[in-house]
Amino acid sequence: MNLSRSNFIQLIIAFIIFTLLGILINNLIVNLVRTGIGFRLDWLFRPSGFALAEHPLPYSPSDSYLWALFMGWLNSLKVIFISLCLSTLIGLCIGLARISNSKSVQILSSVYITLIRQTPLLLQLMLWYFVVFLGLKSNTITIINKVVGFSNQGIYFFGIELSAEFSALMIGLSIFTAAYIAEVFRGGISSVPKGQWESFRSLGLSENIGLFKIIIPQALPAIIPGLTSQYLNLAKNSTLAIAVGYADIYAINDTIINQTGRAIECFLILLTSFLFLNLLISNSMENINKIIINSRKYN
Amino acid sequence: MSVLLTGCSTITEENQSRLELIKKRNSLICGVSGKIPGFSFLETDGSYQGLDVDICRAFAAAFIGNANKVQYRQLTAAERFIAVSTGEIDLLSRNTTFNLSRDSDGGNRLSFSPVVFHDGQGLMVRQKSGINNIKDLANKSICLGSGTTTEQNINDAFEAKSIPYTPIKYQDISQVIAGYLQGRCSAMTSDRSQLAASKSGFRIPADHIILEDVLSKEPLAPASAGGDQKLSDAMRWVIYSLISAEEQGITRANINEKLKLAKTNPQMKQLRRFLGVEGALGEKIGLPNDFVVKVIRATGNYGEIYNRHLGPNGDVYIPRGLNNLYTNGGVHIAPPFN
Repeated sequence: MNLSRSNFIQLIIAFIIFTLLGILINNLIVNLVRTGIGFRLDWLFRPSGFALAEHPLPYSPSDSYLWALFMGWLNSLKVIFISLCLSTLIGLCIGLARISNSKSVQILSSVYITLIRQTPLLLQLMLWYFVVFLGLKSNTITIINKVVGFSNQGIYFFGIELSAEFSALMIGLSIFTAAYIAEVFRGGISSVPKGQWESFRSLGLSENIGLFKIIIPQALPAIIPGLTSQYLNLAKNSTLAIAVGYADIYAINDTIINQTGRAIECFLILLTSFLFLNLLISNSMENINKIIINSRKYN
Repeated sequence: MSVLLTGCSTITEENQSRLELIKKRNSLICGVSGKIPGFSFLETDGSYQGLDVDICRAFAAAFIGNANKVQYRQLTAAERFIAVSTGEIDLLSRNTTFNLSRDSDGGNRLSFSPVVFHDGQGLMVRQKSGINNIKDLANKSICLGSGTTTEQNINDAFEAKSIPYTPIKYQDISQVIAGYLQGRCSAMTSDRSQLAASKSGFRIPADHIILEDVLSKEPLAPASAGGDQKLSDAMRWVIYSLISAEEQGITRANINEKLKLAKTNPQMKQLRRFLGVEGALGEKIGLPNDFVVKVIRATGNYGEIYNRHLGPNGDVYIPRGLNNLYTNGGVHIAPPFN
């Protein structure tokens, strides 16, 4: 009777998991009561008492903790979305360089990918911030007069001022994730049968048109899932912002926990916001995947 | 299964003071920073040295009779309060500012001992920057460590004078120093004792000055979990014994002599009570009657502890100022041992 035996095993496993969960949650509740810490959210509306260097919307220290957390959330979103776009662009270029016909370009991109993937992200971010940006001291490297410039206060780009913290985080995250995205692109493109390359060449199409109109659309179903997980990684890695002085949601969470002592509520808020963001990213990518697969069904 | 586990963690220890647990365990678990020279610093030989560390040793000498049986735990500013409340450490001796929010039941729920170091928040700037007081910092960037009273104080101080500024928040004091030295900000802010300690480690300390402006009172005191009267009483009177010993001129060098004097002279009532020869004061707070003798033998009096780490020959020199006895222009005074 295989069916009932497998059902029985599933029941046992479910029982064990629920018991473990029950023990953990019970332990948490009992200890919250014992130490008197409790679980409340009324402190969210008290004035925060600390200033922020960067805030997309108006913010002052007399605004509530909730508003401060929201500012941190917006700061996180800002850096995540810009880094997503930048890393995809860089990753695409490096991935194509990896499979290009020129040997030197191939070697250069391999070196880039190897170096970046073998070093921890935290070290890379600190390098970008403390060594590169702050190492500029008071010098300003102006590329186009008064329009684009790098200094130890940040990047000045066509009238937009980006702080050193934001710039270091954005560049560090993008370059790191781009190395992984490059490999995803390369893997996807390699999965397309050799026959496709031969057939478009035999039709006399140029390499560029062949690559972008024939190979890449066929590679997309293989690329999208890998790309999704790299995007999710980038979103989570952005919490390293605290190491470079950028006030993202984790950094502000840290301050609030220390000022109010409400560690459990704060971490729950942090976890929920990241869960929400990651679900948003993975859902969008899944929809894109479906659209691409459907658009290929000519029959 | 869940009943078993809950039983283990709560009922038997509910009515027992942390002090009994420390005595039973025969060692003290002390939360320190480990990164602040002069207060608690991990030396190259693996030992911890500093004022906060000596306070832990004084507690250990009083509670369990052996100043060396201390386990130190390094804690960041964000972790320290949860570590005390949940019982991961017995007490905190970590440069912690005593304020209402932290002391209260509706706040961090800690119990603070008497202040061991009266500090204040200050600002450090480069000598060449031309900044002489707080007003010169208008619209400039200031490096600070996140999650400490520093943030709130600097905000209060600047807002009170309506001076706009940009805060650059880092996680660790070492990052704050790195950002300041690299020129990211015009000034860095922290407790003045921490500024002095960091400055002593710079390549050219004389290039930096600590401004005269004192932005806040930062009374630093050891803390334990709130609601435990036995432990907080014991901690309180150990600190007072250090101050009282300095008031009476009792040092590590002459404690044995003073003890002999007390034992052989029945008319020296005050000394006999203090050193536990008569009066049974120690028993009232759950400590051995001669706990003062044990403490002074282990660490010396408050002045000796201070000079060892923060005196002219210590790791970081900070003039005593407010940290002197009330008879010498400071604010340290101990209630009577009666």
